[in-house]
Amino acid sequence: MTANLTLLIISGLLFACGIYLVLERSLTRVLLGLMLLTNGANLLVLATGGGAGIAPFYDAGTDPAAYSDPLPQALILTSIVISFAVTAFMLAMIYRTWQLGRADVVADDIEDRRVAATPSWDAEDDADVPTDLSEFMNPDEAVAADLEALATPDPRLGPEGGDRPRHAEDTHAPETEGTEEGATPR
Amino acid sequence: MNIASLAPLAVVLPIFGAALAFMLLRHERGQRIVTISVLSLTLALECLLLGSVWDGSSGGTYAVTLGAWAPPWGITLVVDQFSSFMLVVSTAISLAVLVYATGQGLADGSAQGAQNNGPISVFHPSYMILVAGVSNAFLAGDLFNLYVGFEILLTASYVLMTLGGTGPRIRAGVTYVVVSVVSSLLFLIAIGMVYAATGTVNMADLAVKLGQLGPEMQVLLHAMLLVGFGIKAAVFPLSFWLPDSYPTAPAPVTAVFAGLLTKVGVYAIVRTETLLFPGDSLNLPLMVVALATMVVGILGALAQTDIKRLLSFTLVSHIGYMVFGLAMSSALGLAAAVYYVAHHITVQTSLFLVTGLIERRGGSASQDRLAGLAKLSPLLALLYFIPAMNLSGIPPLSGFLGKLGLLQAGVQLGTPMAITLVVTGVVVSLLTLLAMARVWNRVFWRRPEDAENPDPALLAPAAATALPRTMVGATAGLVVLGLGLTVFAGPLFQLSEQSALSMLDRTDYIYSVLGAEAAEAAAADVASLQGARP
Repeated sequence: MTANLTLLIISGLLFACGIYLVLERSLTRVLLGLMLLTNGANLLVLATGGGAGIAPFYDAGTDPAAYSDPLPQALILTSIVISFAVTAFMLAMIYRTWQLGRADVVADDIEDRRVAATPSWDAEDDADVPTDLSEFMNPDEAVAADLEALATPDPRLGPEGGDRPRHAEDTHAPETEGTEEGATPR
Repeated sequence: MNIASLAPLAVVLPIFGAALAFMLLRHERGQRIVTISVLSLTLALECLLLGSVWDGSSGGTYAVTLGAWAPPWGITLVVDQFSSFMLVVSTAISLAVLVYATGQGLADGSAQGAQNNGPISVFHPSYMILVAGVSNAFLAGDLFNLYVGFEILLTASYVLMTLGGTGPRIRAGVTYVVVSVVSSLLFLIAIGMVYAATGTVNMADLAVKLGQLGPEMQVLLHAMLLVGFGIKAAVFPLSFWLPDSYPTAPAPVTAVFAGLLTKVGVYAIVRTETLLFPGDSLNLPLMVVALATMVVGILGALAQTDIKRLLSFTLVSHIGYMVFGLAMSSALGLAAAVYYVAHHITVQTSLFLVTGLIERRGGSASQDRLAGLAKLSPLLALLYFIPAMNLSGIPPLSGFLGKLGLLQAGVQLGTPMAITLVVTGVVVSLLTLLAMARVWNRVFWRRPEDAENPDPALLAPAAATALPRTMVGATAGLVVLGLGLTVFAGPLFQLSEQSALSMLDRTDYIYSVLGAEAAEAAAADVASLQGARP
């Protein structure tokens, strides 16, 4: 098979320009890029048919090696029609974008931005749970803390405060908050 | 005359229906009757097709040549177990979604419909064209016809995606159109390359001729086709367009896109891997890609608050499972992948339809704005719960059976990468359960007062926001179909196994298209490949 170098180079150029334009943010340029890309692909498919020859099926005596391959041309015809339809549709969408926002750029997805901006810290799942350590205290320490608490009656509770059997968790009760340093399990 | 020679009708009938629907542009009722009856007819025909190839022992593959051009040159449609199974599932889904969509259109009031006649009247024809494109892609026996099938369904999907032309839909539509066009271009370039290398685009002919090329050339063509199909199937590095574009479309459109369009890409990948490039030259990259797709997809899903976006990410994640089964290149893996595709089409579509109903009842699809739906609408909770558990793979539902097959195939292969995939598959399945259960806890179980920003529609009396019966009926039908896949898992898995065996064998396919001589050459080719394998 012979390949036509000119066709291939032009097709490569079209691809290069097309990719550059598709990466732009302006919709019109993206459309132009797509058009260049589709035409580059069409030229490439045309080049796969080999060198140019005489018209196929012209008469029954045509030598099969002499005529150009009709299949790639038929394929390109289909893909030209498809790219035509897509171009028309893109133009309609660009016009609509202009109507809606007076802008010709690819807009950001708002929900996407919102999710991306969400902090990884979630109050419901990640907040420090206030732990009550008293249940898991060393028994000896707990007894010592209890005894110490009994020995130093709480001045705010008055004399009857000392009569009650006290546990370490009572130190979390609001009425004794922050008074007994020794009993707080830290 | 064989029943399989009616296969072209699976494409022609929907196109005919689209033409009729266009003629009835101002008669919404007429359009409804035409499209639903045409789709029912197509479904009946496809059930006949599936019935004719069900028993694989009597030669389960038929080729139909169109226009009296002999196979390597003319257009060939191939009916085998895989393609007819996919046809039946896809058309059944399309029919259910169509009923749902008409129910939605009716509920939104014909007065509103008359006011903005455009979007609603253009829905039916575009939808029929979409179905025709999907059927064409499933039946295509040559690469270029596959390309045309893709383009038909994509062009119809552009219209459906931007229905109504609102700001968000146009924004999503632009991304979707550009990405789709680029993927089609890559596919077209690959077709050109394949033609230059072999001089044919007929898949059966290619199956014989591609094997005669040098190994570097084979890998190049193989990779190009896979990248083109990978974008359509939303496989990980090429999947970013999907969660950005799907959620903005109307609920029935998102449902049918999520169910069908990516699966057409998966179907094309399956055909590439089994028919065109048998053997395991690119299986390791496929395994890596499957792993990344599963993990990245599900992590994305866990970060979302919008249910539609969450489901789009789980869709990406579960495409990974199908690629996983395919990359095992064993009959069991392929069979599990085939079954998984059918299961996932049904379940993902029903989940999106339920989300549409949730949006209708609760006024929003955001988890922050919804709460207490289990009490407000118990039926909706049931309709969500069954497919959600099915998707996460809770036994005994079909998701579990499909995943079990995949995991068995992975263990059977036993390489370190396969075992990694098995472990990841289990973990991702659990993470899917987490994502689904989070939605359940927040949307259905907590009290309405606990919602962060409750939607006004949520607190409205139930009578004001009654769900249209047609929409609920269509969704319930799909959920039941999903359960049917579980109940009849035995025969269906057997069908998948047979189709996997026949796809790996290839001689049946080539014989039916090109005749005995080519089939023998291909069989020798496969034998030499298996001989080369340790």
